[in-house]
Amino acid sequence: MKLDRTGLSLIVVVVMLLVSGPFLPSWMVSLLNVSMCYGIVVLGMMLLMRTGLVSFGHGLYYCLGAYAAGLIDQVWKMPDMLLMVAGSIVATAVVSAVLGLLLAKYREIFFAMLSLAFSMILYGLLVKSASLGSTDGFNVAAKTVGGVAVEGDTLRVTVFSVTAVILGIAAFLLHGYLASHRGRLAGAIRDNELRVEYMGASVFATVHFNYVVSAVLAGIGGALMAVNIGHIDPEMTYWPQSGEFVFIAILSGTGSVFAPLGGALVFESVRSFAYEYSPNTWQMVLGITMLVVMIFLPGGLWSLFTRGKAKEAAT
Amino acid sequence: MGARVVSQFIAVLVDGVVYASWLFIIAVGLTLIYGVMKILNIAHGSLYALGAFSAVSLSAAWFSQGYAAMGSFAMLALAAVLVGLVFGPLIERGLLQFLYGKDEVVLVLVTYALFLILEDFIKLVWGVDPLFVQGPNGETPYGLLGNFEVAGLTYPNYNLLLLGVAVLTGLVLTWSLNSTRSGKLLLAVIHDREVSAALGINVSRTYFVTFTIGAFLAAVGGALTAPTVSVVTGMGAEVIVMAFAVVVIGGLGSLPGAALGALIVGMVRAAAVHYAPEVELFSIYFVMAAVLIARPKGLFSGAEVRKI
Amino acid sequence: MSVILDAKGLNKSFGAVTAAADINVAITQDSIVGLIGSNGAGKTTFINMVTGYLKPTSGTISFDGRDITRLNPRQITRLGICRSFQIPQLFNTLSVSENLRIGVGIVVQAGGRWGGGKGQGYDDPGRAVDAMLDQFHLGPYRNRAAGLLPEGTRKLLDIAMAMVVRPRILLLDEPTSGVSADEKFSLMDMVMAAVQEHKVTVLFVEHDMDVVSRYTDRVLAFYEGRIIADGEPALVLDDVEVRKFVIGGHAAAAGGGGHA
Repeated sequence: MKLDRTGLSLIVVVVMLLVSGPFLPSWMVSLLNVSMCYGIVVLGMMLLMRTGLVSFGHGLYYCLGAYAAGLIDQVWKMPDMLLMVAGSIVATAVVSAVLGLLLAKYREIFFAMLSLAFSMILYGLLVKSASLGSTDGFNVAAKTVGGVAVEGDTLRVTVFSVTAVILGIAAFLLHGYLASHRGRLAGAIRDNELRVEYMGASVFATVHFNYVVSAVLAGIGGALMAVNIGHIDPEMTYWPQSGEFVFIAILSGTGSVFAPLGGALVFESVRSFAYEYSPNTWQMVLGITMLVVMIFLPGGLWSLFTRGKAKEAAT
Repeated sequence: MGARVVSQFIAVLVDGVVYASWLFIIAVGLTLIYGVMKILNIAHGSLYALGAFSAVSLSAAWFSQGYAAMGSFAMLALAAVLVGLVFGPLIERGLLQFLYGKDEVVLVLVTYALFLILEDFIKLVWGVDPLFVQGPNGETPYGLLGNFEVAGLTYPNYNLLLLGVAVLTGLVLTWSLNSTRSGKLLLAVIHDREVSAALGINVSRTYFVTFTIGAFLAAVGGALTAPTVSVVTGMGAEVIVMAFAVVVIGGLGSLPGAALGALIVGMVRAAAVHYAPEVELFSIYFVMAAVLIARPKGLFSGAEVRKI
Repeated sequence: MSVILDAKGLNKSFGAVTAAADINVAITQDSIVGLIGSNGAGKTTFINMVTGYLKPTSGTISFDGRDITRLNPRQITRLGICRSFQIPQLFNTLSVSENLRIGVGIVVQAGGRWGGGKGQGYDDPGRAVDAMLDQFHLGPYRNRAAGLLPEGTRKLLDIAMAMVVRPRILLLDEPTSGVSADEKFSLMDMVMAAVQEHKVTVLFVEHDMDVVSRYTDRVLAFYEGRIIADGEPALVLDDVEVRKFVIGGHAAAAGGGGHA
């Protein structure tokens, strides 16, 4: 994989986060933490959208990743942050590989509805699982990172740093994938599946693979969110949560891996400020923002940066 | 022992039918809008909630004047009509008409944004505390109609009202689609939008009327539900996803499909509640997924036209 | 000369309609074959059966000695039978060079397995795309979205996309339809230059008899699902039945206008 401008910028951003982490005020750390977790999930949504698919049920994997992390802490008593993330990757990869066999044949509204149904199935199971805290969920806490015990302020900074590094790695790998022979097929499949098959590539296999990748990203985001927030509950797989991910993906656009990261930060900032100043109208602010973006910026916020280029391509 | 099994079975049937009636009233508007306009309207849940909240306000006003409690039924109806006539046209003319022809998934997202906006609108107008349709002495339309008994179990007659409204809605819609001039025009638009427009059918007006009727039906569902529950914010979110299950099972855009879907979901839920309460929600979405997997376009779906 | 594509006893019916009736044809390597016939005569059905879009009701198709009758379009493409379309099938939101780059990537990924082990690969994807852009004079459009191309250029890109996945047999479905009369020959010249460079066998459906006689070394005339004449262009185009059912029929349809 070549280190291009996007790759370099990612390294710069992650290094900046690592260096500034210990000095940032705690409200900003929380804001960045949540944005980074969402950013990882939305990276996966972006990959799906590039493939022409919108999932209304990615909360399923977000929640699954979080519960995998939670179970590693509560049941196996191994509260290691990296182990939790690894557990979420395994859990979401296995489940999405199976469900993907069904979903990879679906498109458009039917893909959205079947993924919605799957996520609501998990919701239905979790709200009635007394041993997992039913609707209340349970608390999660990481006490070690890679086997090293950390606590107090060090823990806070470490969790932030690890989150930033994982985000950087995820974005870097996804960027490389999108530029790879196989990754390029996403846009081709969105445009014309028939031609893809007549050029000798498998639409099903590619959609399936991209679905699993997006699910794993959602799982990682969920596990990191569990560690950062310290609490998980079934709302993570309730449909408005999935809607929120779609929302951020639309807001961001799919032009670059930086789009979802920026979009998640904008979203979380708008939400936390709107929530602070006007707790009863923040959803309204989000809704209006979303309408404005969809009507006036169909390519998402990212298209603001690439408008000149797009015009050039259009002439 | 045998008697208990039988009475429980009857209870499942009665609950299932009642629940199906309620689901049908809500889902039929959703499927109608999808069938005509190809919009899977998430804001349908908000219109349902608006119907419920308006019913609370109007019946409170009615009770506060000391009028006869029976009149509160008129208030429920008025709430549905008002919401339908105000919000239906407002949303269709003010927003959706500019977006026709966009991708189906984009339109779903537009209605999701609308859903978010309306959720907060409700909070702004009615606050966040639970509300009830209730007179000064605790009288509610739910209890006013008396009770009926089946196999030793007592049910409020209000449930029969739900069933009646559901059947009437289904019959009126079926009749007007198949036997009136505007209904036939509507079917033409469903079948082929471009050709209909070319033949001089006013598609824009058709959309306007359809959406308003759909909004009205959502509000009817909400207004009729209001006396039976505590009216709280978030009730729209809960309902819309169930309505999705109903219309997806039946086949998006199909009227008989909505009826069948409502019956299936109603019965499945009633059975789960009585026999295995821990799988209540799970069972609904399990059936939804199973139907989508077996018949991706739902149980009542037309033949697919080959594209290439 | 060796036979590369061999169809034996192909029949295809859609309900009561017969689209192919006992088609027997062997195509030799490196030949340029024209498929003529009025609309509905079975030319596209033949191409669709060879490329796996339609399965014959009976009969077999073998490619390079291997039975491909039951393979799907992807598997057939990967063996080296590639096609273009009557209505161009492009990746409309992607740039022209990306449209080609997709195909290069697929070939590179398949490695030595491409073309049933006999295919050519690519060393440098970027240069491969450039070469293809040059070959089909698409350079000026390289950054334009395929959806925004003029019709003749769409046709050209559609053919280039079939060429870029390293065919051993290239099937073109009406390559010059929708192309203006003065561009037809330059388009075919480009295609033929590319084909000769890579030693590709070509079958193409064509309505313009000038194009057919100039570029082919063999012509198959279709009528009502059957091949009614097969041989050198001059002989076939002069055949009484062909003049009556194919060329005459086509001229009548074109002259009559509005014949769907």
